[in-house]
Amino acid sequence: MTVIEARGLRKAFGTTIALDGVNLRVEEGRILGMIGPNGAGKTTALNAILVLTPYQGELTVLGRDPWAERDLLMRDVCFIADVAVLPRWITVSQALDYVAGVHPRFDRAKAEGFLAKTTIRRSGKVRELSKGMVTQLHLALVMAIDAKLLVLDEPTLGLDILYRKQFYDSLLNDYFDRNRTIVVATHQVEEIQHVLTDVMFIDRGHIVFDRSMEEVESRYVEVVVHPEKAAAARGLQPMHERQRFGRSILLLDAVERNQLAALGDVRTPSIADLFVAVMENQAAVHKE
Amino acid sequence: MNAESNAMPQSPLESQVIAPAVMPAARPMYWSVRRELWENRSIYIAPLAVAAVFLFGFLISTIHLPGKMRAASTLDPMRQHELIAQPYLIASGLMMLTTLVVGLFYCLDALYGERRDRSILFWKSLPVSDLTTVLSKAITPVVILPLVTFAITVVMQWIMLLVSTAVLLGSGQSVTTLWAHGSLFQTWLMLLYHLLTVHGLWYAPIYGWLLLVSAWARRAPFLWAGLPLLAIGVVEKIAFNTSHFGTMLANRMIGGGGGGDFMTGSLSMDPLMHFTPGEFLISPGLWIGLAVAAAFLAAAVRLRRSQGPT
Repeated sequence: MTVIEARGLRKAFGTTIALDGVNLRVEEGRILGMIGPNGAGKTTALNAILVLTPYQGELTVLGRDPWAERDLLMRDVCFIADVAVLPRWITVSQALDYVAGVHPRFDRAKAEGFLAKTTIRRSGKVRELSKGMVTQLHLALVMAIDAKLLVLDEPTLGLDILYRKQFYDSLLNDYFDRNRTIVVATHQVEEIQHVLTDVMFIDRGHIVFDRSMEEVESRYVEVVVHPEKAAAARGLQPMHERQRFGRSILLLDAVERNQLAALGDVRTPSIADLFVAVMENQAAVHKE
Repeated sequence: MNAESNAMPQSPLESQVIAPAVMPAARPMYWSVRRELWENRSIYIAPLAVAAVFLFGFLISTIHLPGKMRAASTLDPMRQHELIAQPYLIASGLMMLTTLVVGLFYCLDALYGERRDRSILFWKSLPVSDLTTVLSKAITPVVILPLVTFAITVVMQWIMLLVSTAVLLGSGQSVTTLWAHGSLFQTWLMLLYHLLTVHGLWYAPIYGWLLLVSAWARRAPFLWAGLPLLAIGVVEKIAFNTSHFGTMLANRMIGGGGGGDFMTGSLSMDPLMHFTPGEFLISPGLWIGLAVAAAFLAAAVRLRRSQGPT
């Protein structure tokens, strides 16, 4: 089943074009990482999916027109924006009461179970909690909702590494299964790359890269070239080249791996390196 | 007989099983109103505080009560009534003024605050429609706030009467005159009528306007609520040298068609004189006001649909 389908999604703020005809298709059971620099259009794309902003173009979420049926859609869609969107005046037990009151798919016992693993007090107000605890609370609320699509927009912004790791661990271990779909937008690439099944790079309102992780692993390869083989390696038309400790590191797309061993040490590139390569190529294209 | 008694205990069980799947339409509304009360504790704290301060002053004033009652006994019944009923009417008037002020500030912040602190992103991630949210924020000043005020005022005036009775009995005077003219039941009936008609219905377009501004303004909703009205008044004055708009606003604010306008009505000697629900219900001012309020609220719903945080 297709969870999200967008065709020609466009959004402009005045003269700034945030989304320039984005086509997007997310299937059920995937974890898609939307990665892009600040201002690339990630949040705008997610806001369109979540009906937080008007847009042009066609968009279907879980088979519905989100604009016409937002409140119905939100029974099946959950959303965590960057930290601290929980109202500061609300107490933990009020938050539980409210979500239990309005959400037909909320399992309160489950949320209480997640909270029991934290040090969050039931009577505490959100304003008294640390950033990390607010995120834990929000995650506990959201994971207790039996939703089909979870959208995360920079969910771990401003959190320390322990909370960030915990966040994605509990998401994977206690929440994700093949019936759910997760879309996560971030620019902290490293910590989510093991979590993803698909990765997408956004730049200036365009999707410039869209692959499954299997594809990424089979197609792209990074070679730390022996200095004397540098010229031969460059003949393979690398996507990107950088220098480290006096050696060239080349990033190659769709090359026979066998011939590379002779040139240097071969490894799979990290998403971060791939991202830098794609973005620098994009910048070069825009300069021309 | 047997079949019936067997069937009886099953029905609650069945409804429990079905309950999680279907959610009654009223539930999101109920919880939205509750959330307003959690967030805006001034809805009951402000009237409580005003009532407490008034009661404190009233307690001190009871020192003079035996003397006052003695003086009143020499007056004619009309003047007597006026003198005895006065503190109760002042109490009602003060509480209604408090309600109005709390309601105005509440409305200005209702749809603005959630955008300013970005919590709108949380509220909108839940299956509650914009219509439900905006209506819950309109119900609060129109229904909840008047009822809260009524309850607090009743308790407050009851305490006033009990304290007065105790003081008079302590000084060895009769309480019959006090109880005859205090006529709390009549005052309460009048108060409830006034709160529901004027604060609920007559003020609806004012609350609607403020909610619309709070849904629209990117900053300074307070200024945006007042300046356009001032501008219209000024333009009208310069262009036509008339002030119909200002008169209309003033009429709306002091409860012109309310059938119980509190600036004069509630302080007057016989409040029931203004008790004219029939006249109020057929006054065009009421229905025009309600239509305008509905239009403002519809616009606020539309605005909230397309909005994220400011």
